[in-house]
Order: sequence, then C-alpha cells, then structure tokens
Amino acid sequence: MTGEPGSGPGTPAAPSVAPPVQQLVVRYAKRGKMRFASHRDVARAFERGVRRAGVPIAHSAGFTPHPKISYAGGAPTGVASEAEYLSLGLMSRTDPAVVRDGLNAALPDGIEVIDIAETAGGLPASQLVASEWQVILPGLPSGHVAPAVHEFLALEHAEVERLTSKGMRRMDARPAVVTIDVTSAGAEDTALRMIVMHTVPAIRPDDVLTAIRQVSGVTPDAPPLMTRLAQGSISESGVVMP
Amino acid sequence: MPVESVFPRLEPLLPLVRKPVQYVGGEVNAVVKDWDATDVRWALLYPDAYEVGLPNQGLAILYEVLNEQEGVLAERVYSVWPDMEALMRSSGVPQFTVDAHRPVGSFDLLGVSFSTELGYTNLLTTLDLAGIPLLAADRSITDPVVVGGGHAAFNPEPIADFLDAVVIGDGEEATLLITSLVRSWKQAGCPGGRDGLLLSLAGTGSVYVPRFYDVSYQPDGRIAAIAPNRPGVPRSVRKHTLMDLDAWPYPKAPVVPVAETVHERFSVEIFRGCTRGCRFCQAGMITRPVRERSITTVGAMVAAGVAATGFAEVGLLSLSSADHSEINEIAVDLADCYEGTNTGLSLPSTRVDAFNITLADELSRNGRRSGLTFAPEGGSERMRKVINKMVTEDDLIRTVSTAYSSGWRQVKLYFMCGLPTETDEDVLAIAALARRVIEAGRTVSGRKDIRCTVSIGGFVPKPHTPFQWAAQCEPSVVDSRLKALGSALRSDRTYGRSIGFRYHEGEPALIEGLMARGDRRVGAVVLAAWRDGARFDGWNEYFSFERWATACSTALADTPVDLAWYTTRERDYDEVLPWDHLDSGLDRDWLWQDWQSAVAPDGAGEVEDCRWTPCYECGACSAMGTHIQVGPTGERIDPARMLPVLSVTGSVASGQGR
Repeated sequence: MTGEPGSGPGTPAAPSVAPPVQQLVVRYAKRGKMRFASHRDVARAFERGVRRAGVPIAHSAGFTPHPKISYAGGAPTGVASEAEYLSLGLMSRTDPAVVRDGLNAALPDGIEVIDIAETAGGLPASQLVASEWQVILPGLPSGHVAPAVHEFLALEHAEVERLTSKGMRRMDARPAVVTIDVTSAGAEDTALRMIVMHTVPAIRPDDVLTAIRQVSGVTPDAPPLMTRLAQGSISESGVVMP
Repeated sequence: MPVESVFPRLEPLLPLVRKPVQYVGGEVNAVVKDWDATDVRWALLYPDAYEVGLPNQGLAILYEVLNEQEGVLAERVYSVWPDMEALMRSSGVPQFTVDAHRPVGSFDLLGVSFSTELGYTNLLTTLDLAGIPLLAADRSITDPVVVGGGHAAFNPEPIADFLDAVVIGDGEEATLLITSLVRSWKQAGCPGGRDGLLLSLAGTGSVYVPRFYDVSYQPDGRIAAIAPNRPGVPRSVRKHTLMDLDAWPYPKAPVVPVAETVHERFSVEIFRGCTRGCRFCQAGMITRPVRERSITTVGAMVAAGVAATGFAEVGLLSLSSADHSEINEIAVDLADCYEGTNTGLSLPSTRVDAFNITLADELSRNGRRSGLTFAPEGGSERMRKVINKMVTEDDLIRTVSTAYSSGWRQVKLYFMCGLPTETDEDVLAIAALARRVIEAGRTVSGRKDIRCTVSIGGFVPKPHTPFQWAAQCEPSVVDSRLKALGSALRSDRTYGRSIGFRYHEGEPALIEGLMARGDRRVGAVVLAAWRDGARFDGWNEYFSFERWATACSTALADTPVDLAWYTTRERDYDEVLPWDHLDSGLDRDWLWQDWQSAVAPDGAGEVEDCRWTPCYECGACSAMGTHIQVGPTGERIDPARMLPVLSVTGSVASGQGR
C-alpha cells in the first residue's frame, strides 16, 4: 500500500529482521469440503493457523511484512490432495511435532498437516517433478473407460483447451502423462491412477480427462472426484515422495 | 425429526461455480449444533455475497449470542451468486445454510440484516430458493418467521410485504426476546397459529409486524395515515438500545473465512452511536446515544479475539473511532502489547479533526500500515456547514500532513455529491482541496510520490435524519458535477497525477433513494424488478437502471406516484412519512428544525456534539430512557495479560527496537 520507505524527513526506517533459524517442510492434505479451497485460500488458512497456533514464524522485512511461508504448486480448486507441500521459516527453534500438532488444532477441518521435517534448504522444489493422481469417474464402468484410455495413450499429441484467468489456453495433454491405470471402483464407477509430469504449462488431471473425452466421447455422469495421492520424483516404482 | 443436510446434492454443483469455497462452511469458529437438541432455530441471512456478509459485525454478534444459548441454534446464510442460483434451480437444491447445509425452510426464524437497501432483491432470491412464499401473507405455520433488522430496517416499508416482523435498533437483546417468545409459543402448542406468535411479538411494543398496520393514501398519493388494524398492537414501535457494551463483549471468536473477504481483520466495536450530528448520516442519528466500550474490555476482547482467529489486523470499529475518550491510550497500549508480532492496527473510520500524531505513530508502529481514509464529505466550507460536518480546510491539511509525515504515502478522501443547496462550485472546491492536500504532503514528506484518492458518491437522503425531507439530486446533475470535477483534477499539471479519482454515478443512488424513502407501494417495484432479474443491486456489474425504471413504471402505473415522486421531490412538514410510526427516539420537530437550520438562507446553523456540550434535546435519550456512556475510565490495558497465544513470537521479537 505504501511502498518502500525513502529518506524523507520523518520517514521511519523499515523494520529489519533476522533470517529464519529453522526451516520446516510440511506435507499436508486438502480434503473433503476443503478441496474447494483455492491455492490462495489455503495460504490464508495457513497464515492464520500459524498465528493461532503460536508458531514463531519469521517475517519478511519492509513495511508490509509477510510470514515466511513458501508454497509448492497447489492442487487446483476442487481437487483434493494428500500430498501438498509448503515450508515454514521460524525465528526460534521449535520441535516440529509441536508445530504439527499446533497447526492441526488451529487449521480448519479438511486441511491437515501429515508430515513435518526440518530441512536445510527449505522446499525441495527440484524433487517435486511429478504427481500421482486418483480420479474417480462416477457412473462409468471400467469396461467403457479402459479402451478410451488406451486410445489416448496411443496418441503422440492431444491438444486440449482450458479457460484460465488469462483466457482460453491451448496445451498438449499427452506428453506429460507417464502412465494411467484403470481399475473398477464398485460396479458403476471407474478409478484412474495417473502419473503426470509437472510441466509448463501444467497439465492437470482434468486436462487429461478432456483429452480422453475428445478421443472417445466417454463422459462421467457427475463431476469426477480427483485427488493428488503423491508428489515427488519418478522411479520405476512410481512417484517417490521427498 | 432431524433435518438432512443438502450437501450431498450441492456437492456436484460446486465444481461448476466460481469460488466454490464460499458455499462449503467448515471455517474455524463456525458452530454446528445438534438439530434435535435445540427448540428455537435461527437462520441468519446477510443478503449479499459471502465475501461481503461474513465480516459483518451485526450478524457475527447475533450468531454468537444465539449459539451461546442452551437449546438455541443459529446458522449463517449468504446470497448465492447467479451462477449458483441457476444450478440450484435446475437441480432442485434448496437454499441452505453454510454451517450445516440445512434447508432454510426448516428453520423457525430467518433473521435478515439489511445494511443497505440494495440487498432487498437478494432477500427475494433467498426466500424463493428456500421455498418460502415471497409474501408474508401467504406463509403457513411451517414457514420460518422472516425478521428484518439492520440500519435499512428503520424504514422497512418497501419490503413490508415480504417481512413478518422487523426489529429496529440493537439486535442483541431483541433476538433473545424473540427467541423466548417463539419458545413459549411452541411449548404451548402454537396458540393462535402464526398470527398468534406475531401478535405476541407485536405486543412487546418493540417488534414491528407490518401486516398489523394499514396504510391509507390521499388522492395525490401522499400517505393519509398508518394505523394498527387490530387490538394489542401499539401505534408506534420503539427502537432497541443496548446499554453497557462491556456486558456484551461480542464477537468473541468470529468465524475465520477461508475464502477472501472484504475485511480481513478482527474488529472490535469500541463504541456504538455517534452524536457529531452530521445531517446526512443515518447511522449517526439512529444509533444515539454514544455508548463507549471501556479500554479494558476492548483490550480483553482484542487479546481473546486475535488468539481465537489468527487475524493479523485489529480494527477498532465505530462510526468515528478517533472520538473514543481513550483512543490514544487504546492505540498505545495495543501497539505495546503487540510490538514485534506483526499485528496491525486500523481505525476504519477516522474523523479529520480527531486524528493526531499519537494515533499516526501507533497505527504504523507494528510494521503493517493500513490505509487511511478521511471523510470531509463536502468540498467547500459552506457545504460542510450545511451538513454540519464542522471540519475546516486547515483541520484537513493538518491531519493529512500528520499522516504524510508519519510515513503514509497515500490517503483517501471521501466526499458526497448532490447535497442539499449544493452548487457546481461546491463540488469543484474538492479539486482545490485535493491540490492543497498534495502540496502539503509533498512539503512535509519531501517526496513527490505521495498520493491522495478522491472518492465521491451521490448523496441519498435517508429516513430519521434532518435530510429526510430533502429532494434527492437528479442523477444527471450529479453526473455532470462529477464529470466537471474529474476534468478539473485531471487537467492540473502540477498535482493531477498525484490525485486518484473514484466516483459512483447518480443512477444507482436514485434507486437506493427510492428504496430508502419508499412506502409499501414500492414493494411491488422491488418484486417486479426481481422478477425481471434484479440481483446484487449493490454491484455495478449486475445493477441495471433501465430494469428499475421499467419496474417503477409498470408497478406504479395505477398509482399517482412515480420514481421522481419518491426521490427528487422535497417533502413538507405535514406530510406523513412512511416511517413515522417507527420510533428512533428522535424528536420529529427537532429533526425539522435542524433541516430548516441547514438550509437557512443566511447560512446554516451549527449543532455541537452533546458529549461535550449541554443536551440539545434531540429526543433519543429521553424517549428511550438512555444516556450517554463515555469515559475516560483512567484505566490501562495490562500487557501481561495480553499475549498468551502470541507469547512465542512476542518474546522472541521483544528485543527488537522501534
């Protein structure tokens, strides 16, 4: 609002702050009703949760100090996740388990800290190269879905469009997809598990569904329930969390 | 019998709408009670979007007051946006509460808070989606009792057909009174049916039941009389005044939104009421007398509220916060207590002549610096005399100089256009004032990048004010003055680029004026506009003047009155006003004299503040049996008791100097 301070008369000096003494990396879940929270909504919840829990969070310098919380790319609005990541910079050393329990008491139901660990360098962005997603397709038996997925995987390119805040964007949904497994989820529904690389622009599970629909016409009865199960690096066994 | 959540039916719609998180509830401090363990159940509606309604203090207070009661349940309802409304209609999902997603039609009461008249059409959307008949007369014993409140409810006549009951004034005790009457009525087996309950409410003398009054009209369209149509109903209904704010320290733990909202802070009302006597100001007239919350209660509320919510900003709320008798002590003590915790302090409403260097220092001490807004309201000295906003140009220059020299880079100045007796020159004087502000700011700060924003809107005469008789200014005149002001500001080569200009056009204000001073015949206009698609009328992107103009001409076709009659027409002393039977305490003759004094040909008379001068008999205290409650108390906030939750942060940070 007021910009950075200058040297005019009567201008107070900007508060200076010491760098954080401890970095914690947090894996958290966004589930249930809270899956409808956007990335910014989740950030707001954490900023308040940190204060409610009395976590000694460090702040940036300047006239509008911000708490030192960094977020890895969040699951889209409407998509649940068991593997979101953020890091906290603390101004005094604190037992990570105490921070975890304090945050879980302070956050709204549906946003839950699962793992917390001290690291030297903050968020391991370089280790978050792919995600494993689960997608439940209501009202679609797996017998219908499996051929459609095969058709999609046989493609080299699958152009899709998505409306973003910057207008309609075109992107290729195929190259980012590593694998898709199709299983039955009860008699009526199908569960997909897909591993998708983090690319620019990001390919989201709904982009993959759009591409599958385009090649096959297969459409679920109701909005699919999407969940990020894991984020990490890729190995032969799948996505390995940091 | 338990009432089922509609969430399973709502959930498939959520991926299809904008900002779905606003509909899911589950926020920190939200309350969900067992339906069957309660016997009086309120749905509390703010008839605007979640992002506007959630921070509303009134509903936050009532939500807590009611939910603290044994056997009472209160859940929140906000207006759904048109994208959600369309999906709910096509999928048959009824209007729900955000707390437990219970259908609104299942509640005993639907309480609605009207901060502005522009929420009236949204009330109809909520009723319709809830399956509640729009007209109170069509409702059955199983439908909720729809109770209106809030400032706009001081003239509820334009929505009288849609409301079962209305409360004017403070809601804390009134909702508890209604709750107990509803409980007795239910326990007794609902004697007399729906009318039996409404009669018991009306019998208190402080709940208005519009249906129990008949309005008759003269051939020229003016009201002939407003009179009760059955025994046991008083001729006039009194407003509620809560005395001793210290005994009602709400909200204690307001709901913390996950969605973004218009105010992201923990607000404490430091006093209620205002007696500065600005003649345009409905809030200042209907909330008399001034009742301060003591510095120690404010401190305790801030400590508990910040701990319970995690908000990083504390708002000291009132109609003119710098007027609290111990505002400097409150600001100093809170800034001391929260030093180093990055907890900001803001005064959302600050009078030009009450701002001072102590406040400037304390508001900026903890790093975060919220915006500063001052409201001279009128551009010329003459204009400010007419509205009894007795601040001088020198006051303003002194105040903005304090702000700029204390490190603020920007201040916002609020004005009104279309005030009684206003001329083009009065509005153009705003440009000269803004130039002086920038000039002073550059001098004291030694910088060229300081800014001010001039924000201006059309004046709407409001009931229960001295200007209730005034003619509202024609939108074309308002717009031409705004245009002239805009070009005067932009054409200034020296200062123009440092001055921002924001304005609200005249047409929406005219419709606000129609509903502010309308009578029961305006109900048909509201209904016609709503049927034609009116929603979210306070939002530019949804408001349509043409729609309202058409609704006026069709719905008022069989009457001698029209849109202009309700708005741009000056009223006489003798005319029965639609709200004359609603007693705000203000003496009608005092209001009239003040109106006459405002427009006196030889210059407006001044009314001083009764906090500091002898009582001038406005009537509010004597009629309501109330009195001014102000400090100073001489007490201070004890920092040792303030920081239980932030202790980790606080202790680490306490080594930092200022």
